[in-house]
Amino acid sequence: MELITPGLGLIFWMTLVFLALLYLLKKFAWKPILKALKDREDAITDALSSADKAKEEMKQLQFSNEQLLTEAKNERDNILNEARKIKEKIIDEARQKAGEEAGHITASALENIRNEKMAALTELKNEVGQLSLEIAKKILQRELSDPKKQQEFASQLLDEINLN
Amino acid sequence: MISVGIMRRHLKSVTTFIFRTAILVLVFFLFQIPGSTASAQDNVNLVPASDSAFAKEHKQKKAESFNPGDMIMEHVVDNHEWHILEIGHFELTVPLPVILYYDGKLYTFCSSRFHNEEHAYQGFSLPEAGPDKGKIVRTSAIPAGPKVYDFSITKTVLAIMISALLMLLIFISIARAYANNRNKAPKGIQSMLEPLIIFIRDDIAKSSIGEKKYEKYMPYLLTIFFFIFLNNILGLIPIFPGGANVTGNIAVTMVMAVFTFILTTVNGNMHYWVDIVNTPGVPWWLKLPLPLMPIVEIIGIITKPFVLMVRLFANITAGHIIALGFISLIFIFGAMNAALGYGVSVVSVAFMIFMNLLELLVAFIQAYVFTLLSALYFGLATIEPEHH
Repeated sequence: MELITPGLGLIFWMTLVFLALLYLLKKFAWKPILKALKDREDAITDALSSADKAKEEMKQLQFSNEQLLTEAKNERDNILNEARKIKEKIIDEARQKAGEEAGHITASALENIRNEKMAALTELKNEVGQLSLEIAKKILQRELSDPKKQQEFASQLLDEINLN
Repeated sequence: MISVGIMRRHLKSVTTFIFRTAILVLVFFLFQIPGSTASAQDNVNLVPASDSAFAKEHKQKKAESFNPGDMIMEHVVDNHEWHILEIGHFELTVPLPVILYYDGKLYTFCSSRFHNEEHAYQGFSLPEAGPDKGKIVRTSAIPAGPKVYDFSITKTVLAIMISALLMLLIFISIARAYANNRNKAPKGIQSMLEPLIIFIRDDIAKSSIGEKKYEKYMPYLLTIFFFIFLNNILGLIPIFPGGANVTGNIAVTMVMAVFTFILTTVNGNMHYWVDIVNTPGVPWWLKLPLPLMPIVEIIGIITKPFVLMVRLFANITAGHIIALGFISLIFIFGAMNAALGYGVSVVSVAFMIFMNLLELLVAFIQAYVFTLLSALYFGLATIEPEHH
């Protein structure tokens, strides 16, 4: 019967010791242990999340670096292309301008030549006319001493004028 | 008479040996064989003297002394002295203080005072047989007076105190390790017990009580878990600080079950009590004219801690009884025939090793179950009503 009959003294001591144990452990063991565990878990979680963040940032940084590099490359290519285009354009323009200038020069030279020619021709004509007049005057002075011949000549001149 | 005493003491010493060997098989083979040889010699010496009245008395005594039931009970129940070991004639027994409250007065003396012919001192006696065996009562010669209240530091009380001190030592040193080792990986005993602490927190408290309220119950749950676990383990160790049957004592389990009951009842919210009086989900006629369900629920409040108490007590005591039963087998068969005793001892020891391994598992499972069920009861008492 003793096996299944709880003894009074034992109940008393067990209650006393257990309560004391519960109080002391709660104060000096469980609270600091549980707090330390929680703190450590929080610290680990924080560390992991910040590591993740750092990784993400690294990735972002790398990405932006690459982007920057690509942009720089593109820029360089663009600049080079532009430079090439400008060069070609300048050359083209220069060539064109040179051609035009040459054309102009040629044209004005031709014009000058023509003008000079015309002037020379006019002068020549004038000279020739003067000479012809001189000659004609002399001839006429000699020929037209006779009135008959004068008549003849006058009609001949008239005819010629009509033909013109 | 003398050889009976030797036999008896011898039986006890071998018992201690075999208990040890359940943990260390090798040690068994070193000690058991010389021990059994001695027992065989005792038997041989006894035979020539068996023609007198002394021998008859001896045989009678022998039959009495060989009662395995008594031997097992002696090991399982509480005691006023702590029998630590016996080797041959050398006996180491620690007498424990007796504290009695009788008729308004406190009596304190050493339990070794009872070591006399009448087993009596100052009008109190500790009978070794009869209905009051193991209990301190008024000596039968004195007319019956008021009841004797026994507040003695018994073997179990001392074992409780030792285990409480051990727990303080272990867990305060762990707490210090946490303080010194802030946010670092645990070391030594700290890393051994940390998984258990986290297991209780995450798998018992959090899952049974809930994320919001579990923190309040953690100190209690951790204390009962480690108290039960440590005492279960100490109960399996046959040498000094262990060997007491603390968690297999119904008074101890009763106190813990009562604490769980008090915590459940004190912390029960409105929803808990309303559900008891007006049980949801049952037809009204189970509640109205005759409050059947409320009665069942109220009985349930009491049976929950009662079952906690009985489960732990029965499991641990049963384990001890089985282990002691296997030892008894050796001596029962050994009394018939020495060779048979040897043969059976091999089987018995094999079974005891198996039982001890099983008990190691039971030690954990019972601590776990007690803690888990306590947590579940707290969880049930504090559950928030569902909002529809």
